[in-house]
Amino acid sequence: MSTKPVVAVAMSGGVDSSVAAALLVERGFTVIGMMLNLWSEQDSERENRCCTPDSIAMARRVASIISIPFYVLDARQVFFESVVKPFIDDYAQNRTPNPCITCNRFIRWGFLLNHALVAGADYLATGHYARIINHPEGIYHLSRGVDSTKDQSYVLHVLTQNQLRHALFPLGEYTKPVVRELAHNYNLPVAERPDSQDLCFIGASGNYRQFLTKYAPQTLNPGLIVDRMGRILGHHPGLASFTIGQRKGLNLTSPTPLYVYEKDTINNTLIVGTREQSGSNRLFAENVNWISGQVPISPFPASIKIRYKAPDVPGVVNVVEQDKIHIEFKNLVRDITPGQSAVIYNGDICLGGGIIS
Amino acid sequence: MLKGKQIYLDYAASTPVDPRVMQSMLPYFSETFGNPSSYHKYGQLAESALENARQTIAQCMHCLSDEIIFTSCGTESDNLALRGAAFLARQERQANHILISPVEHPAVSRTAQQLAKVYGFELEYLPVDQYGQIHVEHVKARIRQDTALVSVVYANNEIGTISPIAEIGALCRSYGAIFHTDAVQAAGYLPVDVDTLHTDLVSIGAHKFYGPKGIGALYIRKGLNLLPAQTGGGQEYGFRAGTQNVPYIVGMAEALHLAQSEVKERISTIMPLRDHLIGSILEGIPDVQLTGHPEARLPNHASFVFKGVDGNALLMMLDVEGFACSSGSACKTGNPEPSEVLTRLGISREWALGSLRVTLGIYTTPAEIEQFLTILPKVVSNIRKLR
Repeated sequence: MSTKPVVAVAMSGGVDSSVAAALLVERGFTVIGMMLNLWSEQDSERENRCCTPDSIAMARRVASIISIPFYVLDARQVFFESVVKPFIDDYAQNRTPNPCITCNRFIRWGFLLNHALVAGADYLATGHYARIINHPEGIYHLSRGVDSTKDQSYVLHVLTQNQLRHALFPLGEYTKPVVRELAHNYNLPVAERPDSQDLCFIGASGNYRQFLTKYAPQTLNPGLIVDRMGRILGHHPGLASFTIGQRKGLNLTSPTPLYVYEKDTINNTLIVGTREQSGSNRLFAENVNWISGQVPISPFPASIKIRYKAPDVPGVVNVVEQDKIHIEFKNLVRDITPGQSAVIYNGDICLGGGIIS
Repeated sequence: MLKGKQIYLDYAASTPVDPRVMQSMLPYFSETFGNPSSYHKYGQLAESALENARQTIAQCMHCLSDEIIFTSCGTESDNLALRGAAFLARQERQANHILISPVEHPAVSRTAQQLAKVYGFELEYLPVDQYGQIHVEHVKARIRQDTALVSVVYANNEIGTISPIAEIGALCRSYGAIFHTDAVQAAGYLPVDVDTLHTDLVSIGAHKFYGPKGIGALYIRKGLNLLPAQTGGGQEYGFRAGTQNVPYIVGMAEALHLAQSEVKERISTIMPLRDHLIGSILEGIPDVQLTGHPEARLPNHASFVFKGVDGNALLMMLDVEGFACSSGSACKTGNPEPSEVLTRLGISREWALGSLRVTLGIYTTPAEIEQFLTILPKVVSNIRKLR
């Protein structure tokens, strides 16, 4: 009988999850490889970009090299219901969602974690660049990964204590170049493979506008583009095609570059402005998750990320209701986008976050 | 893997090579290694081993030596049988109609579909009852003067159901249609007497009866001039060119011989265990159905559907617990569309997605079955809780 902790690893056939699995094997855990078959748009490429037969074959190959069992689970229906449908609905309501966050919340740390636990695993590990810091008081803190350029704590801010208790992020202490080197040292045939894709379920083009044309044509209702004074500058093919702060694709002739400033959903109008005119010093967010499970005493100063790849900006967080917050920024912040998440940090510790409303 | 010893309950997928079979093969790798077609003594010794093996298999199948040809596997035998027979019948009597059961192994059904799609044959499927059995009167209602070929699986791999091959064979003969049966699953347990069965073509593969993988055979009734699938040096009576795989052929002959001479003991130890397994599962687990025929089924075969269970998750959990089973056919992709065989039996999607095949073998012990019966209800109930 084995007494070593059992770890299920979410594998994708990519370099990160493969190295994560290899590291766990080396550390002496009993490791099981698992992969999810996710829903993807039909007809375009027919396969989800992150779980193509090719990726499955690669993950299987990695599993055999590091001598662990490997299983593929079907999660297409639950993925469609909990990730793809809300993605479409968000666009229909002129929000710009981040489906990776929804996927982490419901699929990876819901469906997959539950299956792993029932299969007898003590932990679920992923190849995310993030760290878990075990507080003496029994609270699991989520921290940024050591590699600040790769840090993925942003997409993990929805995790709860129950999930973090069973989570392992073996790559949190490493930088990406070191991970590639480890892949090489472990003789994993993945060192040069590209990273997993965001919007994995959208066909080969990766073009979400084409996807919306097909699945949510109602979101693509043509309308006017106006400036902040209300002067008509042109026409847009549908508000869903644009994100706050976007410059490309406006097809406007203007002496100074214009950016999407606001989406007026009532009048189906796109409001644009110059870079100087854009930005806001506050935001509201809802569906807030507090990772510690405890609502902090507010107001308190914090660093805030308003997008996955956005830099931290300083601000003051006010808890309005248990799961609703108001953030005031010191300076004007551009590109605050409804549907994206505002994630709150105290130094490297991720406190949680919510969806910008 | 995780809990120590692994228990193998997937003998329908493949079987371990019997040590006696392995012994019989060993001299033919580097001692008696000659090419059976060679002129010299090396060649003659290899040819002698090859022909002895052919004779052994012919005796097991009650046919003449030169009615047995060796192939690389059961699938190749099925391919050669269907394609060869279809083209022969078209050439000789302008027959273009192909009749197959809807529960054939893909080696048969995909080949028949290709014959229809690419070569213009007319493909028709026989009806099947709720147990996956084919009835002779249904064949009779559909067979025609221009039926080139009828193919019905002897025993199905997913559900273990045995069809009345002898009756169907006799009917086909009276119509002059070529009759093929895929006996890959059946050969280890059922008599494959080609005369009693009235078959013209019979496919077998060694690794289902404790022989090695990569070797199969096709019985071709004398006088049936199949179009060869592989042309070349004229080996295997011109039906299948290529230097014969002598050690594997010797192994297959030994394995089939052992299967036949020991079949009574094998069945008498395996079948009671299998029956106990089926009985306990049907009694002990809610919302479960046996798939396939309750009696007319392979003696080592048990197959079920569980309502509201993801079959892939079930296999995973069982494997983690140390039990190697199958959902019915080899599917590793995590893409469990309900099995076509199960849906054709009228089993709804909600049930068919939760399929489990448990196949026993000569190394299965009562203790293993008891352990399996302790674990399975827990695993099924845990998976149901996940939904």
